[in-house]
Amino acid sequence: MNKTFNHKGWLFVLPVVVLVAFNAIIPLMTVVNFSVQESFGDNVFFWSGMQWFEQVLHSDRFHAALLRQLLFTAIVLAIEVPLGLAIALAMPRRGPWVSVCLVLMALPLLIPWNVVGAMWNIFALPDLGLLGRLINGIGFHYNYTRQPLGAWFTVVLMDVWHWTSLVALLCYAGLVAIPDAYYQAAKIDGARPWAVFRYIQLPKLKHVLTIAILLRFMDSFMIYTEVVVLTGGGPGNATTFLSIDLVKMALGQFDLGPAAAMSIVYFLIILFLSWLFYTLMMQKEET
Amino acid sequence: MRLKFLLPAIYILFLLLPIYWLLNMSFKTTNEILGAFTLWPRNFTFDNYRKIFTDPTWYWGYINSLIYVLMNTVLSVLVALPAAYAFSRYRFLGDKHLFFWLLSNRMAPPAVFALPFLQLYSAVGLFDTHIAVALAHTLFNVPLAVWILEGFMSGVPKELDETAYVDGYSFWGFFLKIFIPTIAAGVGVACFFCFMFSWVELLLAKTLTSVEAKPIAATMTRTASTSGYELGLLAAAGVLTIVPGAFVIYFVRNYIAKGFALGRV
Repeated sequence: MNKTFNHKGWLFVLPVVVLVAFNAIIPLMTVVNFSVQESFGDNVFFWSGMQWFEQVLHSDRFHAALLRQLLFTAIVLAIEVPLGLAIALAMPRRGPWVSVCLVLMALPLLIPWNVVGAMWNIFALPDLGLLGRLINGIGFHYNYTRQPLGAWFTVVLMDVWHWTSLVALLCYAGLVAIPDAYYQAAKIDGARPWAVFRYIQLPKLKHVLTIAILLRFMDSFMIYTEVVVLTGGGPGNATTFLSIDLVKMALGQFDLGPAAAMSIVYFLIILFLSWLFYTLMMQKEET
Repeated sequence: MRLKFLLPAIYILFLLLPIYWLLNMSFKTTNEILGAFTLWPRNFTFDNYRKIFTDPTWYWGYINSLIYVLMNTVLSVLVALPAAYAFSRYRFLGDKHLFFWLLSNRMAPPAVFALPFLQLYSAVGLFDTHIAVALAHTLFNVPLAVWILEGFMSGVPKELDETAYVDGYSFWGFFLKIFIPTIAAGVGVACFFCFMFSWVELLLAKTLTSVEAKPIAATMTRTASTSGYELGLLAAAGVLTIVPGAFVIYFVRNYIAKGFALGRV
């Protein structure tokens, strides 16, 4: 669309800017403030320079949490994206089942995150939960509160349960938007299903898939509530991801300096990712 | 070809199993939950629900949550409407940078902001009020609403605006009487997403409240820790948090995906 130059646009965005600035800039400055100061309580602060950043960037604890976070995000993406795509491809396109599918699939997205955690906590309990009973019943020894591997399995399964629908819904919207003419042309050319997928559907889905992958990447990078309620970051530190570690440090131990420094490093990672996301999306819109 | 329907069917079954288990637990007595493993409640009971609907600390949790969620939805969409219009129609100094800055706030991890928010809202005297949570949630809901609305508005041809001006409408007359009804679906979707993300977010809501505006989530956490193993009650509370979501999904079922794609499918 041709946009006209009109600096009055600023008047229209002013309320948004004021509101978001209040919520974003003041807290961010607070964090920056904490990250360069040392405190001995009573609100007395001393300048401490880059000390906390060096401490955080060199600490094994941060490295371990970051590594777990990256591993979790990679596993979750590797499962959710192909699965969501496959489900979208197999979903009916018209008829009464469409609405049923859409509503049921959207259901997990609207459950408060702590309830998701609590639900899976109950569902996976080895003695009271259906899942725990089932897995132990077929001969695996499974107890997510004791075994790191069991905890990982449960957390990943929960995330797949919670968010695969998002990928599927996005892909489905993309598929529905492909005009029938493309499929008719493919039929005339005698294209096999695989060719239709590879040369018609996949290129047309590029845009929604980009959004889906990046949304999942960023949201899984920030995962907190579900995991805290499900495993509490345990057993040990097995499922302590970045957000969980951060909250433990800031609100649990009140190590404000290191926590603030870690927040900023964490935020910079996210900022870089959103920049990547934005660039990719704008590129697509310009072509 | 028949087999094709198997995958969505199995997936939906997988989605419903944990929800069924929660439902199942919510109709059981504590004795039955701890005593025996049963696939459906043998001693069917409404006691858990009755307790929630009669105990003020429980039902006020729901009311508190609904109050701040609705406040947030109205606030976010109201301020986002003109901003989205500006982004979709005008070019102005720094518009792209501004859009990116808004976007980056949608990506900000709530964990980073929890403590500074607590200090900020205590300092301005809003701690433990509904408005504090509603305002805090605008951090990610306003950018989201601007995004979704901008996507929908960009789909409306500019000729509509120009025709209205030729017909003698003032800007606000056009905006309120013609433009907003045109993108009504977009406004609905934006409302839905603001509702949804405010409803499911709990870290900030919990941090910013203590007694007066405590969300249902916090009530549930307290129950889980203090009264031991009242799983049935917890399950019933969980089931009730799913209800509003399930209710609103129905109205926007055909637009959900478009909303998630930020109006850009």
